[in-house]
Amino acid sequence: MPRIPLTWLAEHVELPEGLSAEQLAADLVRVGLEEEAVHPAAVSGPLVVGRVVERVPEPQKNGKTINWCQVDVGDHNGTAEDGTRTPRGIVCGAHNFDVGDHVVVALPGTVLPGPFAIASRKTYGHVSDGMICSSRELGLGDDHDGIIVLSEIGVEAAPGTDARALLGLGEEVLEINVTPDRGYCFAMRGVAREYAHSTGAAFTDRGLPRAGADEGLATTGGFAVELRDEAPIHGVAGADRFVARVVRGVAASTPSPSWMQQRLTQAGMRPISLAVDVTNYVMLDLGQPLHAYDLATLDGPIVVRRARAGERLTTLDGVDRALDPEDLLITDGPDAGRVLGLAGVMGGAETEVSESTTDLLIEAAHFDPVSIARTARRHKLPSEASKRFERGVDPQLPRVAAARVVELLVEHGGGTADPVLTDVDLTTPPPVLSLPVDLPARLIGLDLDVAAVSRYLREIGCTVGEVVGAGADAVVSVTVPTWRPDLTEPVDLVEEVARLHGYDAIPSVVPRSPVGLGLTVAQRRRRRVAQVLADAGWVETLSYPFVGAAQLDALALPADDERRRMVRLANPLSEERPSMRASLLVTLLDTARRNVARGTADLAVFEVGAVTLPRPGAVAAPVPPVAQRPSDDVLDAVRAAVPHQPRYVAGVLTGLREPAGWWGPGRPADHTDAIDAVRLLAETLGVELAVAADAERAPWHPGRCARFTTADGTLVGHAGELHPNVVAALGLPARASAFEVDLDVLLTAAPRTEVVAREVSTFPVAKEDVALVVPADVPVADVLDAVRTGAAASAAGDVLESARLFDVYTGEQVGDGQRSLAFALRLRAADRTLTADETAAVRAAVVAEAERRFGATLRA
Amino acid sequence: MSTPDTPLNPLDADAVGRALDDALAAVAAAGDLDALKSARLAHTGERSPLALANRAIGGLAPADKAVAGKALGQARGRLNAAIAAREEVLAAERDARVLVEEAVDVTLPSDRTPRGARHPLELLQERIADVFVAMGWEIAEGPEVEAEWFNFDALNFGPDHPARQMQDTFYVAAPEGEPDPHLVLRTHTSPVQARSLLERGVPLYVACPGRVFRTDELDATHTPVFHQVEGIAVDEGLTMAHLKGTLDHFARAMFGPDARTRLRPSFFPFTEPSAEMDLWFPQKKGGPGWIEWGGCGMVNPNVLRAAGVDPEVYSGFAFGMGIERTLMLRHEIADMHDMVEGDVRFSTQFRAVI
Repeated sequence: MPRIPLTWLAEHVELPEGLSAEQLAADLVRVGLEEEAVHPAAVSGPLVVGRVVERVPEPQKNGKTINWCQVDVGDHNGTAEDGTRTPRGIVCGAHNFDVGDHVVVALPGTVLPGPFAIASRKTYGHVSDGMICSSRELGLGDDHDGIIVLSEIGVEAAPGTDARALLGLGEEVLEINVTPDRGYCFAMRGVAREYAHSTGAAFTDRGLPRAGADEGLATTGGFAVELRDEAPIHGVAGADRFVARVVRGVAASTPSPSWMQQRLTQAGMRPISLAVDVTNYVMLDLGQPLHAYDLATLDGPIVVRRARAGERLTTLDGVDRALDPEDLLITDGPDAGRVLGLAGVMGGAETEVSESTTDLLIEAAHFDPVSIARTARRHKLPSEASKRFERGVDPQLPRVAAARVVELLVEHGGGTADPVLTDVDLTTPPPVLSLPVDLPARLIGLDLDVAAVSRYLREIGCTVGEVVGAGADAVVSVTVPTWRPDLTEPVDLVEEVARLHGYDAIPSVVPRSPVGLGLTVAQRRRRRVAQVLADAGWVETLSYPFVGAAQLDALALPADDERRRMVRLANPLSEERPSMRASLLVTLLDTARRNVARGTADLAVFEVGAVTLPRPGAVAAPVPPVAQRPSDDVLDAVRAAVPHQPRYVAGVLTGLREPAGWWGPGRPADHTDAIDAVRLLAETLGVELAVAADAERAPWHPGRCARFTTADGTLVGHAGELHPNVVAALGLPARASAFEVDLDVLLTAAPRTEVVAREVSTFPVAKEDVALVVPADVPVADVLDAVRTGAAASAAGDVLESARLFDVYTGEQVGDGQRSLAFALRLRAADRTLTADETAAVRAAVVAEAERRFGATLRA
Repeated sequence: MSTPDTPLNPLDADAVGRALDDALAAVAAAGDLDALKSARLAHTGERSPLALANRAIGGLAPADKAVAGKALGQARGRLNAAIAAREEVLAAERDARVLVEEAVDVTLPSDRTPRGARHPLELLQERIADVFVAMGWEIAEGPEVEAEWFNFDALNFGPDHPARQMQDTFYVAAPEGEPDPHLVLRTHTSPVQARSLLERGVPLYVACPGRVFRTDELDATHTPVFHQVEGIAVDEGLTMAHLKGTLDHFARAMFGPDARTRLRPSFFPFTEPSAEMDLWFPQKKGGPGWIEWGGCGMVNPNVLRAAGVDPEVYSGFAFGMGIERTLMLRHEIADMHDMVEGDVRFSTQFRAVI
């Protein structure tokens, strides 16, 4: 993101004396440019200009010669006993200066980049009262051959002058964050404009065509350029402007001036050579990406075209790339057969400016943002140029920017510009928007009249016409500035008005919404499900939904298990977990393992979350265009392509379900706790579940797994003890148990009508115990069903209030293969006290039904 | 206590008086209820002097009967009253002693039943939903694996929109030999805007808390799976002032009556004008200040058009903020790891109502 040195910004807009980066950030954020960082000054403390008044070479024993210098540092000079000011004595190892030269002195207290703190120190038999600095010591470049002699870099200043300000080293640099709609803020020009919007400071637009810049140039006979796009994307030509200028006899590979190097460094770019630095500098300054070619290596004309099948290019970064037919290229040679670069993204190595380059061709072009973005993305090349082009560059900038580059090259590298200009201009004028006069007020909620709206729009560079029509139909035509390709709709202008007026001025009004009905039944029931589990002692956790085959293998899921059919990600964070879970238990077991590993052995965790179930035979989702409602058929197709994502609830238990304590040992968690959790959920939702043994459901114990179904046979889920092998593979404590149910199925099965209350009988209860001896393989659920059915059919009528199993006995008294199930029955009629005959009749009916179904006998 | 060889003469007032005194002394001397019971049996039982004397009245001359009856009746009456009074005292003493003896250490642990807890992210989402429900809004939901069209295009992110690249999207892979399914893990809860507009129509006031995904590695401040709450209101006459009012109200609901928000210009494809929303945070490290809380703006007309709503008639606002961030701010949570790792020691801190 762009870095803004304040002194550079000041060339475009008036900045108040002593403006800090922090204050600049505060001013810019009001208009939408957010602070990314404030980079501190490179040097702090007293770095000043000094005049060498005496230089005494002193050869040393180690063969080196040092210079013992007296340096006049103006107000920073020492004071002798008689009150006269005396120069500072400084030891210097360099020899490229002499008495009278002005140099840069770091006095004690200065902190140089490193950080390297300067103090008075004893060395070579003197007290050196500071240091005379080289470019490298100041972080201004790699030159360490000698110290800086200010006259050699064209700087004049009196002794004592603050050298930090002189060299720009005392400057904080603000880095800002630019949103994708504000491409023009990737340059000082744009940021300066925004600063002016925020503060009203005087702004000079250096990006407008300048008188004299390239006037008087021949417009024919320049370097030939052809824009030849045979496959425009979305009908937009890849390049609609190409300005080329030629400069000959330039010292292209010499270093650029130090001020330019310093600014590039501050902006986060590395200085390379005059030709490269000038193009980068003008890009940072005005926003126009530029490219300099070694003219001698070109074989004109330049042709901008799409890539041909099989073409390759080695880009400046040394990477050999296979080109895509959609890539826009700069080419030359016979039949435009040689690829010079990826247009607007990166140049090629072949025509790069080198040590021997003297003649340059400067390219300043305008490319289609979409084309550039696709190429940059395809080749993973987010260059400084592509960053700007894909956000939109001012199409009127190329000539101004090219002229500025030529100026700087001639000024600092010598040479002469060819008096001719190539400008292939296919650009179209910016759009004229019709803005309803009341739209800004209608959306912003402030009284903004047409005068205020027009003023703000002119400030951002729009041309505003006369009001046409009246009242609610009044519109005004607005021509947007060429540097704002993001302004395409009237609402875009509303944002401009709002931010220039200031978002802080918008009042705070709570809207009156229509009355609502609150949460839906399903939403309330889902809350209850989570809360009831927490109330029952389960702790809610959350897990990432990413899973891989290894986790499913650990659960011993069969190869054809439906939970192995998962939606796979194209770019997972980890190749070990590339898929979206089709079972919540899989990721919850990870949570359980982590807790156990961290020392929580007694665990009851649950999670409510979505699983993703691919739809068999699903077709790809259509992607209809933006800004229009797709047809119902297309919308249905979009929705149908989205996988089924029911919410599940799962729980895992390990260790003790009830803690040990002074009252005695705790109670280990077992399959019944898992099974009861499902029953609890079903009761909470008012759903009757059928339960049956399931010997074939991984990852459960084949003899201790319950399968739950709704009345219509729909599978709800499973609960029970986990398979011992799975428990061992996961490293969980023995006898770990778990449940997993489809909450959506439960919610669908939940009653849609309100509970109908039964009257509470006040007649006395009659209690009867019945012990039935049945074959041991008859499930209790079936016997209980027989008890209820039998009681309901008795002569006393349906007076069974509850039946509860209170004892299970196997052993000698009931014989092999049999067990005794003892039920406590509570009988009560709504309208009378039951007689002894009636309760006996119920008992007999219960026994009779159990006998009929299972050959049950009453236990003796 | 002695049983006289001969029954007490009921006419011998002194003898009766002595017997009564003996009896009263025995009652008074009884130290507990058992001793009182013995004293009662000895002095009121069938073989007790007063009972025997009473029985002897029957053999007296009629003239003496009344005198003796009266004297003995008074004596037995006094004795019974004394026994009753003493019993009451002794019973009270016993009760007091037993209750003291039965005292237990009430600081003994009592947690025989396991304690559960909800995850604070879920609790906070419920709280947020309640705030919007209280404003008359409804709560909407949408799928986590979402169609690209809903996640991007319906929200005015065209295929080449630069913002589409900024979202660090997880894409669903094409099954072997099949075309791109055009599915993503939703990068924000905003697709619910489009779904709600299409399914519920206008006027619309809905909030959508939910889980979203970005391709960020887990670290102290990032997580690839996190939660947002999205709000959208579309009606006639809605303005940025209503957006600001809703946000201020929500901020107060989350952070107390002094909370307030600040809007500053920003960019989102699905809103225009767009804003970043900052929250005034007095507890900010290094002193009170503004911190980023979410994004918002007026619903872009293209989003309304994609849902068949006429932007000439309706306007609306939308906003979204991170629930993890909200939770971190509210509860001074420094590191994202604790919120996502599922350690029960994190959840159980939030048993109190949040």
